[in-house]
Amino acid sequence: MLAMNYRGPQRVRIDEKPEPKILHPQDAIVRVTRSCICGSDLHLYNGNVPDTRVGMTFGHEFIGEVIEIGSEIQKLKVGDMVIVPFNIACGKCHFCKQGLFGNCHESNSQATAVGGIFGYSHTAGGYDGGQAEYVRVPYADVGPTVIPPGMDPDDAVLLTDVVPTGYQAAEMGGIQKGDTVVIFGAGPIGIMAARCSWLFGAGRVIVIDKVEYRLEFVRNYASCEAYNYEEMDDPVVFVKKTTDWMGADVVIDAVGAEATGNVMQTITGRKLLLQAGSATAAHWAVNSVKKGGIVSIVGIYGPTDNLFPLGNVVNKGLTIRANQASVKRLLPRLIDHVQNGILNPKALITHRVPLEDVADAYHIFSEKLDNCIKPVLIPPSAR
Amino acid sequence: MENKTPKDYSHIKGWGIDADPKNDPTYPMKHRTDAEQEGYSWERPTQQDINIEVLHSIERPNVTAVFGTSEPPSGLSGMIRRFAFKHSENSYLHWLPLLMADRVNVVEGVLDDFAKGTVPNIFAEKGWKADWEHNRSGLIQKVGIMALVATAAVVLITRKKD
Repeated sequence: MLAMNYRGPQRVRIDEKPEPKILHPQDAIVRVTRSCICGSDLHLYNGNVPDTRVGMTFGHEFIGEVIEIGSEIQKLKVGDMVIVPFNIACGKCHFCKQGLFGNCHESNSQATAVGGIFGYSHTAGGYDGGQAEYVRVPYADVGPTVIPPGMDPDDAVLLTDVVPTGYQAAEMGGIQKGDTVVIFGAGPIGIMAARCSWLFGAGRVIVIDKVEYRLEFVRNYASCEAYNYEEMDDPVVFVKKTTDWMGADVVIDAVGAEATGNVMQTITGRKLLLQAGSATAAHWAVNSVKKGGIVSIVGIYGPTDNLFPLGNVVNKGLTIRANQASVKRLLPRLIDHVQNGILNPKALITHRVPLEDVADAYHIFSEKLDNCIKPVLIPPSAR
Repeated sequence: MENKTPKDYSHIKGWGIDADPKNDPTYPMKHRTDAEQEGYSWERPTQQDINIEVLHSIERPNVTAVFGTSEPPSGLSGMIRRFAFKHSENSYLHWLPLLMADRVNVVEGVLDDFAKGTVPNIFAEKGWKADWEHNRSGLIQKVGIMALVATAAVVLITRKKD
């Protein structure tokens, strides 16, 4: 089968690889029909995530058709078209029982801090991902959800990660009616977090980034304010000033390790890897939220340490909330929102690229060429 | 700066439909169970056959019931990874060797390509075709800088020989 093949930092290609097999009675094999490149894939692409092995296939946002099932599968059947959450969850462990499906304890041997994630290095379990024609899906009766009849596959594929993560970012913000919410990052997650902040009753939503075309997009898509931090002396002062010098009620970090905007963070976090990515957005979030406010972090960082103003967290009495999205928990609600026209995920998709051109797609997304917001890879059998 | 708080949200579809006054500030993201302190007490799923080398964190007692089978450790990078997994996730001796192993693995990947009779097309792998289509001036600038650096290096080396 054709599959994306990681060869090193900023080097990927399409290769022939063996088709996946059922390795566990709760496995399914899925023929991929859509697979996205996620902003967090860029952390892998840039070589920032430890234990990213050459030869691995990335891809944790995908949908497809079930073509084979293991002996213990009872809910899914061959032929079902499924949304596959990015996290691999057993549904039985202590954490899954609590609804923490992003923190499953039976899907990642290599690290206890995170559950298994498709195509996301061996630090997230060593599973080949969905940027391929076929993929092995463990615990297939737990996570995968049958795509409702009539749902556009472009909407469905964004329900695997972008929509739940953006929604949970807003949910973790504990937004109360009338709250001012500031979101750092106008990538797909930041855009969706801005849109979802309104659903929780935000009174004002402000997105801050430096990429003009994305700011323009989010301004229209999410009916929010959007500002370029390169046009500000200091984004934290900007937020203070625009909130009567108090700070925002809720600030969301939707950037993570690839953040720009602070030279020291960029050099130490992105170039020298002396910290687990550039913590610029998290830094700004802590400093621009009001005292007693809430910082919600969905931006992805590496597993080591970051330069972070912990003293201000204490002195301001902040609540910090963060997690990988619990996709399975959120899917029923979010499917409703898509079907009722409340959310329109597919509008984020700017590039539909043949799987064979995966290297170009990564480069376009990484370098933000051609006004790219969200690229989707389409395997030959789905074209 | 002017405060732009709008008063009317009727133009925003779905405004407030998920509002929850109880979600302040610690909405229960997890469901408390009576098994909070019972440790490893769940009925574990069937164990996937462990017929490849699976490195597991020393912060857990076993290999998880399912695991990924992509690229088991091998070669020099595999040796470094085995060393890393003798240390906990709390230790730099875990993560820094893994990063080093990743870089060694890149060289191994190139050698492996050569061994299979393939010369990796680095330019295609780096997506330079997309640069040519969407960022031609940037690509030309990049190539120019590379040529300049290469020329300077050649000149420097030649001078030393003289």
